[in-house]
This record gives sequence, C-alpha cells and structure tokens, in this order.
Amino acid sequence: MLLEVKSLHGAYGESKVLHGLDFVVEEGGVTTLLGANGAGKTTTLRAISGMIRTQGEILFAGRPIQGMATEAIAALGIAHVPDGRGTFMELTVEENLRLGSYTRNDKAGVATDLARMFDLFPRLNERLHQQAGTLSGGEQQMLAIARAMLLRPKLLLLDEPSFGLAPLIVREIFEILGRIVKESGLSILVVEQNASLALAIADRAYLLETGRFVMSGAAEDIRKDETLRRSYLGY
Amino acid sequence: MDGFIHQIVSGIASGGIYASVALALVMIYQATHHVNFAQGEMAMFSTYIALTLIQAGVPYWAAFCITVPVSFVIGALIQRVVMEPLAKAPVLASVGVFIGLLLTFNSVAGWIFTYTLKPFPSPFGEGKPLFGGFVSRHELGSTAVTLVVLLSIWAFFRFTKLGLAMRAAAYNPVSSRLVGVPVNKMLALGWGLAASIGAIAGMMVAPVIFLDPNMMAGVLLYAFAGALLGGITNPLGAVVGGFIVGIIENLGGAYVVGTELKLTTALFIIVVVLTVKPAGLFGKTLVSRV
Amino acid sequence: MNLITSRYFPWVFLVAVAVLPLMFASDYKLFQFTMVVVYAIAVLGLNLLTGYNGQVSLGNGAFYAIGAYVTAIMMDKWDIPYWATIPFSAVICAGVGFLIGLPALRLGGMYLALTTFALAVATPQLLKYKLFDDYTGGVQGIVINKPDAPFGLPLNPDQWLYLFALTVGAILFILATNLVRGRIGRAMRAIRDQPLAAEAMGIDIAMFKTRTFALSAMFTGIAGSLGAITIQFVAPDAFGVPLSLTFFVGMVVGGGASIGGAIMGALFIQFIPNIADEISKAAPGAVYGLILIAFMFLLPGGLASLIRILKRKPA
Ligand SMILES: Nc1ncnc2c1ncn2[C@@H]1O[C@H](COP(=O)(O)OP(=O)(O)O)[C@@H](O)[C@H]1O
Ligand SMILES: [Mg+2]
Repeated sequence: MLLEVKSLHGAYGESKVLHGLDFVVEEGGVTTLLGANGAGKTTTLRAISGMIRTQGEILFAGRPIQGMATEAIAALGIAHVPDGRGTFMELTVEENLRLGSYTRNDKAGVATDLARMFDLFPRLNERLHQQAGTLSGGEQQMLAIARAMLLRPKLLLLDEPSFGLAPLIVREIFEILGRIVKESGLSILVVEQNASLALAIADRAYLLETGRFVMSGAAEDIRKDETLRRSYLGY
Repeated sequence: MDGFIHQIVSGIASGGIYASVALALVMIYQATHHVNFAQGEMAMFSTYIALTLIQAGVPYWAAFCITVPVSFVIGALIQRVVMEPLAKAPVLASVGVFIGLLLTFNSVAGWIFTYTLKPFPSPFGEGKPLFGGFVSRHELGSTAVTLVVLLSIWAFFRFTKLGLAMRAAAYNPVSSRLVGVPVNKMLALGWGLAASIGAIAGMMVAPVIFLDPNMMAGVLLYAFAGALLGGITNPLGAVVGGFIVGIIENLGGAYVVGTELKLTTALFIIVVVLTVKPAGLFGKTLVSRV
Repeated sequence: MNLITSRYFPWVFLVAVAVLPLMFASDYKLFQFTMVVVYAIAVLGLNLLTGYNGQVSLGNGAFYAIGAYVTAIMMDKWDIPYWATIPFSAVICAGVGFLIGLPALRLGGMYLALTTFALAVATPQLLKYKLFDDYTGGVQGIVINKPDAPFGLPLNPDQWLYLFALTVGAILFILATNLVRGRIGRAMRAIRDQPLAAEAMGIDIAMFKTRTFALSAMFTGIAGSLGAITIQFVAPDAFGVPLSLTFFVGMVVGGGASIGGAIMGALFIQFIPNIADEISKAAPGAVYGLILIAFMFLLPGGLASLIRILKRKPA
C-alpha cells in the first residue's frame, strides 16, 4: 500500500472539515476522490501534504508522515498540484520546471525527465522563456503537471486538473495523464468534481460528502452501475 | 559645468549605497511584505563590528571579510528568532518589532561604542582625486565595490538553484513548499543576505559621513525613496531608483534646496511617488491580495 | 446606586488621583505629572489613528511639533495668551493632518508607516529651515514664559499649569471616549478589522480615514501646545524620530484601541526613561526597544489588555 489514511480529521482553525476518513492509494494506478464543491477534497489533499493540522494517521510507504513539514513530505516523493495550479507566475516556464526538480541532485535523470515532459507537452518547450503568468489556463495546468513530474514522485496529488478548462484541453490532459501512469507505474490521487472524467481513468473511487465518505469502490463498478451514478454522482 | 559633473559623480557614488540598502529592503519586502525599518541600524551595527576589528589590528579587507558573514548570521538569526513567529501578525505587530529592533540596535551601539562621531578608514587611500579631480578615490572604490555586490547578487538570484528557490519562496511560498523548498530557511537566508548587503553599504558610507549610532537614518530614508521610486516589487527597479535618488539628492542639494533640506527631498520623493505612481517607475501595479 | 459599583466610579477615582499631586507633589514632580497629561493626550491621538483605525503612524511627532510651534510663535511674536493659542493649534494641526491624510489613505499599512517615518526623520530639518528663521528661531528655537494662575487663584505657576493641562486633557479624553463608543468609533474599528465589509456597509472609507488622521493630528497638536507651555521652550531637535517613536511605544505599551491605555502609556514614557537614564544614556532606547519586542510577543494588547485579563472573573 503506497498511501494509507486512517480516521483522518482536519480543520481550519475552529471549523472542522474532515470527519474521520479512511482510504488507501495502491501502488500504481489512479485513485480518485469525488465530491461536490466544498465537500473537503482539497482539504484532504492538503492534509496529506501537511498543509493543515490533522488528527489520525497518514502512512506513506508504511511511514507515518503527519506532522512533517510540507517540504519534507514533498522530498519523500509526494508531488502535489494544488487547486489553482500553483504556478510561479512571475518566473519563466523554465524556472518553474527547474523548481520542480528542486529536491533532486541527479542532473542526468532530471534532464531525461525534462525531455520526456517536452515530448508530452511540446507547448511548454515552445514557451520556455516566457513568464509563466502569461500562459493560458490549459498551458498552466500542463506546466503544473510537468513541474510535479520533475520531482520524480511516487505519488502525484492532483487537485481538479479540469477546473476552468475547455473540454478539448481537459481531454488532452487526461489522455496524457493516462499515458504517464501506464509508462511510469506512478500512483495518482486525483480529486475531481467532474466524476465521469475521473472515473474514466481511475481504478478506485471514493465519494466525499461534507467531510465523510458516503461510497467507495472500484471505478469500473461505479461506472457501470447506473443507479449508483444517478443517485450519487448525478449523471 | 565641472561642478555639475562632480555632483553627478558624487550622486552615483552615494546612489550606489542607497541602491544597496534599497535592494536589501526590497528583498525582505518581496518575501514578507514587511518593510524592515531596522535595516539601517543593522548596517550601522555591522560597521561598528568592522571598526572594532580594524582597531584591534585586523587588516581592513580581513575585517571586511569577517564582518560580512557575521552580519549574515545576525540577520538570519533575527529572522528565525523574532520575525518568523510573527509572520502572520498584523501590520502593527511587525512594525512594532522592527521599531523595537531599530531602537535596540541604536542604543546598544550607543552603549558600547558611545555616541561620538568616529572616523572610519577607507581602503582606497586618501590620495588626490582622479580623472581631473572629478572623483575621489573613495568614491570610485566604493562605487566599484557596490557594483560588484549588486552584480553578484543579481547573478546569484538569476543563475543559482538556491537563488531561484529564494525567489520562488518570496513569490509563492505555498507552491514552493510543495516542490520541496524549505521556505522558512529561504527567508532566513534572505535576511542574512540583506544584512550582509547592508553591512557592506555601511562600511562604504562610513568613511564619508563618519560613524555614529544614527549614521544610517538618512541613508535608510534615501533607500526607502529609491526603493519606492524604482518599484518596491522590483529589485532591479529599486537599484536603479537608488542611483536616481543619489543623483537627485546631490543635484538638489547643490542647486535647488540646499543641503539643509536634503532629508526633506527624500520625504518629498516618497510622497510624490506614492501619490502619483504608487507602483514606482518599474514596479507592477499593486493588487492587494484578498 | 452605590458609588463604587457605578460605571462612573473609575472616572471619579481617576479625577481624585489626578488632583492629588496638586496638593502633595513638589514643583518638579508636578512638572512631570503635567508632562504625563501632555503625553497621554498625544498617545490618545495616536491611538485613535493606529489603535482604533489601524493606520500605523510613526510620524505623529510632526503634529506635536506643529502644535508646539504654533503656540510658541503666537506667544512669542504676537503676545497672544497661552490659552488662546490652543484652538489655533488644534485647527491648524487638524488641517495639516487632513492634507497629509489625503494621500496617506491611499497607502496600505506598511506604506503609511514608511511615509510617516520619513516625515518624522525630516521634521527637525524643516523646522530649522532658514526661510522660516524669523518665526521659528532656527536651531535656537523659542523660549516662552510660564503663565501665572489667573483670577488670583492661590496656586503657583506649576500648580496652575498642571490644573490647566488636566482640564484640557479631561475634555479631550471625554470627547474621545464618546467618539469611540458611538457610531463613529464602530466605523473606525470596522475599517481596521473588516475593510471590505465596512465598504459594503456603505462606510466611506477614504473620508473616514482622512478625518481620523485629522482628528489624530488635532489631539497630538494640542498636546504639543501644552508641552511647549510646560517646557517653556521649543527647538527643532526635540521633535525628531525619537519623539514619534516615544508616542508609538506609549501606545503599544498602554494598549492599542484603549482610552485608559493612553494614560498608562503616558506614565510609562514619562517615568521609565528617567529611571533607565540613571543606568546609561543609551538605556532608555534599549528599554523601549526590548519592551516593544516583548509586548508584541507576550502582550500585544498592551497593559490595558492585561487589566482586562485580570479583571475577567474565573468562569
Ligand atoms: N482556508 C480555509 N479556511 C477555512 N475554511 C476553509 C478553507 N478552505 C476551505 N474551507 C472550508 O472547508 C470546506 C471544504 O473545502 P474544500 O476542501 O476546499 O472543498 P472542495 O475542494 O471539495 O471543494 C468548505 O466548507 C470550505 O468552506
Ligand atoms: Mg477544491
């Protein structure tokens, strides 16, 4: 088990948002957290990355990580594309990518990974010396994924990669994500409001409602079960 | 005409000092949105450290090379011990702490070193002015040192991984942590660097205006003016602004307001910039983060 | 209603304590207490601006200087009685405050602190400027006479001055108390804490900030007038950065957004430096500096908040 979360509670100051979540992310493949706006999806990812105070247990590759600093968690191999994409707007595309590999010292490996990212996202290569803030939303999402991949993570956390993007671009990005998973054996935990999109690439899904799971199962089963979809996911 | 050229040259020399301190201010402002009111007093204190070493028989450049890292450590420690816990505190709290630091450095310096003016040696010799009398040896030497400092800082931020991480931490601490940058360490480094730059500025200006605990009050004010003029969100702009302010100060002092109102010139520049073009000449328009 | 439990009791008590020095204190002690009243008014002025309205000023010493010089010049040049100069000082300072407040209100917190700091640095230079020499006396400053008690009151000049300052101070404190308790005070605090909400509530933020600036300048200017009369002397170098920072320290130590805190802050800045001064010339600055830092960490609400904490009954 790559990530194991046991009775996770999370809060912003006084207001409690997560009320005891249990879930796992298996090695390789895509796990998705679904839920409406405000359900606590972003908060769950923040909890894993140590960005908020939590109670409960978070094990990454068997090792407890709660209470660790965010940067230390990243250094363990958890890359996190936050909501809003977390672009370094003032820096160039190249500098954004260089920051992605901040924790690494293997220059050759970084160069290989960078070349691979340019294969997957040729547009980033074209815009290498442009200020990242001038990129379109879709390009910024590609940059964010490439930046995260340059950490060479074991686990990639993606917060609503489809948010605010045109359907065509969303399809392109998800198609590339699928390729990345297939060729790298990477594990992805992706958070989405757009359930049909996420279920299409996910192996396992959890449905979150106001800080609690109301359903979970194999993505395929949920996809096939129309009543389940109708009653929980509304499509 | 000769007088005019001389005023420009002196303006560039003092402008370099203001540019350095302005850069130090902007570095901290960008990372924390705080204006370090104690920047000048920290530089003054560093200059006393250098003087103490020199008086103890340490050669000038050795004293210089000791003072810079010592100042770095002092700056980094202040960030760690005093500023970090107050990172999210309201403006009043951070201003209060900065003023507290200012008063403490000032009076501790007065306590240890007394309030009498002290001459500070120039490493560039007294000698005759150069280039037909337009520029004194110290002016030339200190401008060269300032330029070397500014260029090294620029290269550091532009070309090194650490410099990039420091910029990232200043712009976007949340994303920086997510890619593994230890943001608090970067802030401490930034404070150390700012303190080092200030120390060099102090050692370069002290031979001109003499050393006393209040030496940097005026310099700090010009640096404020320079930083705002160039744009407090833009390090390069702040440096340019510092040079411009140095030249305005010298020309204004010689031809317009006289030396008695030099400080008022700085106040005037600050007020004009903030009312007419708050973002400065080269800064981005400020959008308040909600 | 019992006097002790009455809500006016603190005020009655305060008046009693305030009048006490009149009967027992030496002339020098009386002078010191007069200065406490002066500082209390100045700290209150800063508190209205910074504590209640959230605009951090490091340059209120400039308004104090203007008030002091208005009084000194009017008394020295035109033989106007000391008491008659105070309304002029109040109006002029309010006007200057308003003008400075106009650009200042556009500046976010740090910028205002920076600009007012620059104002504090430049003030002595402006006061020394030779074009104004005829009026200001340049570096020498102006010496003024100590007023005698009027109406044949059996008080010596120090006693009378204390009483006079106390009366003016009491009026200003009552004014400020009523102000901050009312609608205006609520608006001032709303602008400090919730600027967006305040705007949504229809508060004209720009107008309020500017007027608060003027009000603060007025209080501080009146303090400057009283200070000039008390010290009988004005000179540029008394009105630099240290003075402005002294007010700032008084406000922080007494407690932001507290009327009573202004009195405690004034007692602090009047008496603590005297005590520290006996150790070293540099000690008052060090005490101020370390106390400022300590208060920001341990007691950001100042002494006033300490009293509030102590008074709170255990649940
Ligand atoms: N920074 C924050 N401070 C306080 N409450 C927050 C913060 N961020 C989110 N919340 C609250 O936490 C709940 C869950 O939010 P979030 O995790 O962002 O939901 P989702 O990502 O599923 O849309 C919401 O009620 C939201 O209002
Ligand atoms: Mg979200």
